[in-house]
Amino acid sequence: MNKRTFGSRLVAAPYLVWSAIFVIVPLIMVVFYAFRDPSGRFTLQYIAELGRYGSTLLISLLYAFIATLICLLLSYPVAYFMSHRSQNVQKTMMLLVMLPMWMNFLIRTYSWITILSNTGVINTLLSNVGLGPVQLINTPGAVILGMVYNYIPYMILPIYSVMCKIDKPLLEAADDLGSGSFMKLRKIILPMSVPGIVSGITMVFVPAVSTFYISQKLGGGKTLLIGDAIESQFMSANNYNLGASLSLILMVLILISMFIMNRFADEDGGVLI
Amino acid sequence: MAENNYIVKLQNISVSFDSEQVLKDFSLGIKDKEFVTLLGPSGCGKTTTLRTIAGFVSPDSGDVLFDGKKINGVPAYKRQVNTIFQRYALFPNMNVYDNIAFGLAVKKVPKKEIRERVSEMLKMVNLQGFERRNVNSLSGGQQQRVAIARAVINRPKVLLLDEPLAALDLKMRKDMQVELKNIQKSLGITFVFVTHDQEEALAMSDTVVVMNDGVIQQIGTPQDIYNEPQNAFVADFIGESNILDGVMEKDFLVRFFGREFTCLDRGFEPNEPVDVVIRPEDVDIVPPQSGMLTGTVTSVTFMGVHYEIIIDIDGFKWMVQTTDEHHVDDSVGLVIEPDAIHIMHKSIYSGLYGDYSSFSDEMDTLSDPDSEEGEN
Repeated sequence: MNKRTFGSRLVAAPYLVWSAIFVIVPLIMVVFYAFRDPSGRFTLQYIAELGRYGSTLLISLLYAFIATLICLLLSYPVAYFMSHRSQNVQKTMMLLVMLPMWMNFLIRTYSWITILSNTGVINTLLSNVGLGPVQLINTPGAVILGMVYNYIPYMILPIYSVMCKIDKPLLEAADDLGSGSFMKLRKIILPMSVPGIVSGITMVFVPAVSTFYISQKLGGGKTLLIGDAIESQFMSANNYNLGASLSLILMVLILISMFIMNRFADEDGGVLI
Repeated sequence: MAENNYIVKLQNISVSFDSEQVLKDFSLGIKDKEFVTLLGPSGCGKTTTLRTIAGFVSPDSGDVLFDGKKINGVPAYKRQVNTIFQRYALFPNMNVYDNIAFGLAVKKVPKKEIRERVSEMLKMVNLQGFERRNVNSLSGGQQQRVAIARAVINRPKVLLLDEPLAALDLKMRKDMQVELKNIQKSLGITFVFVTHDQEEALAMSDTVVVMNDGVIQQIGTPQDIYNEPQNAFVADFIGESNILDGVMEKDFLVRFFGREFTCLDRGFEPNEPVDVVIRPEDVDIVPPQSGMLTGTVTSVTFMGVHYEIIIDIDGFKWMVQTTDEHHVDDSVGLVIEPDAIHIMHKSIYSGLYGDYSSFSDEMDTLSDPDSEEGEN
C-alpha cells in the first residue's frame, strides 16, 4: 500500500514541480508586485490606479462577451449537426474544426489582415462590383471577428462532446412520448448539454477577455483592451507593478465569472472543467 | 372484416440495415387487448419489428396498419403507442415526477390534471413519495417502474416493451413479470413484449410469436408453442428437446432408432421422413431389460427440483429430466409413451438441433442476456 502511494507520488512529481515553478510561483509574484512599489515597499497605489482602467476593463468584458455569445450561437447548431452524423462525417468535420489550430496563431491573424484591409480580398471584390471599399479592418467588428475565429473550436468541441454522450434511446423516448424536434431540443438536448456550454463559454471567454494581439492587429490599436494595457505596462512602460495589479484584477474577474458559470453547471449535474 | 380485430397489423414488411436483411416479407396481426410476445435469439428481428411499430424504423417495403389505418409515414411522436426501452432511457436531467409527467407536459395537458394522473401512476407502480427523487438514485427495479409509469400515463392503445426485464436480477424479474401482467390486465391494453427469454415468454403471454432470421417460425399460445412446435428450431428454442430423425410409417406409427413407436400424430404422407420431438420430462427411466431403448448415463446434473441426465443411446445423446437419482455409467432403459411423442415435418432446421453432445456450447449462446445489443 505504502509502496503504491510512493509510486503514484513519484509519477505525479514532475507535474507538481512544474506547476509549482511555473504556475504557483508566478501567481505569487503577480500578487507580490501588485502591492509593492518599485523599491519593494507595500503600497496600494497601483490598486488605486486601476480606476483609470475601468472603461478599458468594461470594453474588454463587453468584447469578450459578444465574441463568446457569437461563438455559442454558431457552435451549438454545428455541434448538434456533427453529433448526429455518421462516424466518417463526424471525423471529417472534427478535422475541419481543428485544422486552423494547426496553423500558427500569428499567421492566422495576419491572414485576416490581408482579407479585411482596405486593399484586401473583400474590398477588391466589392470595388469591382462598385460597392466598396468599406472600412473593415481596424474596427470593433474586426476585433470580435478575430476572437470568434480564433476561439470557436474551444466552444464547438466541449458542446459536441456532451452531445455525443446523450444516449440515442433518450431522444427516441422523447419522440415516443410525443415531443417533436423543438420540444426534444428544449427539454432534453439543451438541459443535457449545459455542462458543455459552460465549459465552452469558459474556454472562449477567458482567453478573449485577456487577448491583446488580436485587438492590436485587427483593431489597429484604436480599441485598447485590458490585455493591451497589461502588455504595454510590461513591455513598453516597464511598470511591472501596475501590470501586475491589472493582471490581478483580470484574474479576479475571471475567477468570479468561472465561479458563476460552474454554479450553473452544478445545478444541472456534472461539470466539465 | 376480420381485420377489425387487429389493433396493429404488419403487412409484408421488409427491413434491411446496411444491405443486411433483418425482416423478410414479415406479416403479423396483433389483436386488441392481447399480450403478445416476440421471442427469438439475438438478431432474429424482434426488436426491429417493435421499432417498426413504434415508428423508429421505416420499412423498405410493406405497410404498418394501426386500427385499420396505414401509418407508414406517421412519425413516432404522433403514434398512439408508447415504448418501454431496454435500459429504460429515463431522462437523467429530470426527477421522477417530471419523467412521468413528460408525455402530458409536452401535450400541454393542464397542470392540475398532470398532477392527478402522475400520482395515480405512482400509486399503480408503488412509488408514492418518490416524486422528487433523482432517477439516477433509483434501483433497477424502481427505474423500471418509472419507465412503465412514464409510458402508461399517456394511455396508449398499445404498449411496446423492448426486453424490459433483461437488466434485472432473477428474483426481481419474476416479480416484475407478474406485475406487468397485472398492469396489462387492469389497463386492458395491448402489450407487445420483446424477449429472448423463453420462460418469460411462456409465463406472460397470451400469444407467442417465435422468430428467427427475420421470419416468423410459429405463432400460438404458450401451450401450443411448447407442446406442438412446428419445426426443429421452435422445439429447440422453447424448453429442452430431444429431436430425432424418424419416418412416419402411417398415421399413429413412427419409426426411429430402428423401432416402431405408437404416437398420436397423423396426417403425414406414408413413409414421410420427419423430425420427432421428445421432451426430457416425458421420458421414463426404467431398468434396462424393460426399456424400449437402452443406453448409458454419461452425465448427471442436479438442478434442484430434478436431475438432468444425459443418456447415450447408439451415439445420440438424450436429455432426460427425472427426480430419481442415477449415476454416470449406469445402464438404463427408456420408456416413451405415445403422448410423449410429437411429430414435425422436416424443415431447414432439421438436423441442426436436438442432440445434447454439444450441450454446454448451446447453453452459452442461448442464455447470454447481453448478446442482443452488446454493451452500451
